[in-house]
Amino acid sequence: MPTAPKTLEIHTSPHIATGASVDTIMRNVVYALLPVCAFAVYVFGLTALVTLTAATLSCLLAEHLFCRWRGEASTLGDWSIAVTGVLYGLTLPPGLPVWMIVLGGFIAVGVGKFLFGGLGYNAFNPALVGRAFLQAAFPVAMTTWYPSLGAARFTALPSSTFAFPFATPTYDSISGATPLAAMKFDGDITAATDLVMGLTSGSTGETSSLLIIVGGIYLVARNMMNWRIPVAILATVFALSGGLHLLAPESYPGPVFMLFAGGLMLGAVFMATDMVASPMTSLGCVLYGALIGTLVVVIRLWGGMPEGVMYAILLANAVSPHIDNLVRPRVYGTGEQESS
Amino acid sequence: MVSLIQRYKSFSHGVHPPESKATTSKLKIRQFPFAPVLVLPLAQHIGAPAKAVVREGQEVERGQVLAEADGFVSVPQHAPASGVVRKIGLVPGITGRMTPGIYLEPFPGSSQEVAEGEPCRLESASADDIVAAIQAAGIVGLGGAAFPTHVKLKPPEGKTIKTLIVNGVECEPYLTTDHRVMLEQTADIYMGIRYLLKATGARHAMIGVEANKLDAAETLRAAAPDDIDVVTEVVAVKYPQGAEKMLITALLGKEVPSGGLPADVGVATVNVATCAEIGRLLPHGRGIQERVVTITGPAVGRKGNYRIPIGTPLRFALEQVDISDDVSRVFLGGPMMGQALSSLDIPITKGTSGFVAFTTAETRDDKKEYPCIRCAYCLDACPIHLNPSLLGLLARNAEYDRMVEEYNLLDCFECGSCSYVCPSHIPLVQRFRTSKAVFRERQAS
Repeated sequence: MPTAPKTLEIHTSPHIATGASVDTIMRNVVYALLPVCAFAVYVFGLTALVTLTAATLSCLLAEHLFCRWRGEASTLGDWSIAVTGVLYGLTLPPGLPVWMIVLGGFIAVGVGKFLFGGLGYNAFNPALVGRAFLQAAFPVAMTTWYPSLGAARFTALPSSTFAFPFATPTYDSISGATPLAAMKFDGDITAATDLVMGLTSGSTGETSSLLIIVGGIYLVARNMMNWRIPVAILATVFALSGGLHLLAPESYPGPVFMLFAGGLMLGAVFMATDMVASPMTSLGCVLYGALIGTLVVVIRLWGGMPEGVMYAILLANAVSPHIDNLVRPRVYGTGEQESS
Repeated sequence: MVSLIQRYKSFSHGVHPPESKATTSKLKIRQFPFAPVLVLPLAQHIGAPAKAVVREGQEVERGQVLAEADGFVSVPQHAPASGVVRKIGLVPGITGRMTPGIYLEPFPGSSQEVAEGEPCRLESASADDIVAAIQAAGIVGLGGAAFPTHVKLKPPEGKTIKTLIVNGVECEPYLTTDHRVMLEQTADIYMGIRYLLKATGARHAMIGVEANKLDAAETLRAAAPDDIDVVTEVVAVKYPQGAEKMLITALLGKEVPSGGLPADVGVATVNVATCAEIGRLLPHGRGIQERVVTITGPAVGRKGNYRIPIGTPLRFALEQVDISDDVSRVFLGGPMMGQALSSLDIPITKGTSGFVAFTTAETRDDKKEYPCIRCAYCLDACPIHLNPSLLGLLARNAEYDRMVEEYNLLDCFECGSCSYVCPSHIPLVQRFRTSKAVFRERQAS
């Protein structure tokens, strides 16, 4: 006869769980970004590898140090900072001096994340906070673009990489402008196939729309990304820029160019979808996406800068809690009811 | 021809926990032996406890009334075995806390014939007669709620009941009692529906069965009688499809108003095992003496569906099914809403639909709690369309009034879907239970 158990555990229901975990979600976002990173290294060579590595490591180090400073257990294990680090690296232009990357990484983590209270409390996407800081502090370095597919890209690093902090970096090769800058300042439109494949100048991760979309589909399939956000952003950009292009084709670029140029794809798929800084309700996500799409078109076409994805997302991050409040879903059995 | 992709009716949101029913759903209901002593708390149901009408040392016959109902929201208690009343005093109740009750010692070797009472004749009985007979049979919701069934059958003033919904969904993982009852007691179910239609005045009945029990749905359809208007509807496999409100929405497309009752949308719902018991007992004027219980889970050697005398001590039951030494958690009901037991010295009562026993392997709790990352999984899971994430934050700040007044906390029926999906492992439903208790306590004072 079996003996009775010595102790029984008391635990309130439910007694089972899905097995999903914050670290699983974050780890999978990193996986989804790896092909984008690999392609960036292919297009820009060693400098992209240096940029991505420096960005990721500086964020990891910053997170670790901030945790120690606050006397808390290290939160590296939840993988959220790895996501921030890789995303941050992908927004930077290859060839950016390493000291700037590290400084921006500490700003991303310190201001973008820890100032708000750490994981779950950041009002803005931390990676974009870091980038926004660099954009404001070092406007020249942030808009100096390394050429894509350079012949020596796997053998040499641009001299700006290891520039001495706070000295004006020297650039050995200045590429032609990014597609958006070319459009804005010269009126040139880059071919759509080059844009989709990502064989153009730009930030490290702004290259292959195709791989970004594949990564996004992977995350949506695993229920780790809300598809409504990128779909709403891209649909809004397509509709608005398409309408403008129809009205005045000579003044406004076509919708395909607008979709695939610059940081829109990376921003729509991986930046705007930051769970913490985006709305929770389905309708809220659609409105949030539409807001970002509208801002992107407005900034790109009428603003002073060629690119507007970063500011569009940061602005929408700021209003995302209010969007959720506006569109609270109807609770079962309340509101309009058909009578029996 | 059955199409390959078939969309069954359901409600919006919900979760899909692993069903874990395969082992026991194919096992026929087996009769359990009598334990040396049966433990019968007088409060096995919601409402006023029954009043004992026997004395210590009295010999009783199986089926005899041991305790009578104390008011309308109460039910009597029948002797689960012929034997002798050993003691009337404090017994362990369903929560493990001591409560008034009766110890009954079955006579060994007795034939255990069941005493027949006054039968309730379907043809001649009025609605009130049937309601009274259901109460006299000691019937409560066998799905686990243990609410006296007869109370639900009388519509409130000014309401009429048009539809009787028989709940054969059994959406809790592991449990298979309703499934087996539908397969093995089909005739009893239809007899029960006849009584229930007459008692409620409903014109037609619907039996809701989850799509993972298609054999039960087919058996029910094949045996459907002509004299009553009854259909069996298959609903999607989704938790908590078996919740009363969710089943009504799936079958009729109506929502029970917040704070209201099924009668507000013209519906009365009864669990399928309860319905079968009504059909089995009323024609003979008998009372409940036993019920079907699933005993399963990784720690159980002989998993199965057992017809167990009411009052059987759980410890005796678990010894019969070869419980593992490595058992670490036993809970009453399924894993989503079941209550973990602190003691095995509790009896099987009318509301016990099953026991699931986990070993240390299943309960190893290495899950770290993270801050909420606003992933919205809980919003997509909540069948009531609440915002569990926000409610969780409010609960942590003890803002109970806001939770209730602004965010509909009292509409939460504690299905646990939010906690089940939370990747941050935040004990959401647990916080809501506490919040509701505190809110109600404050209101009362």
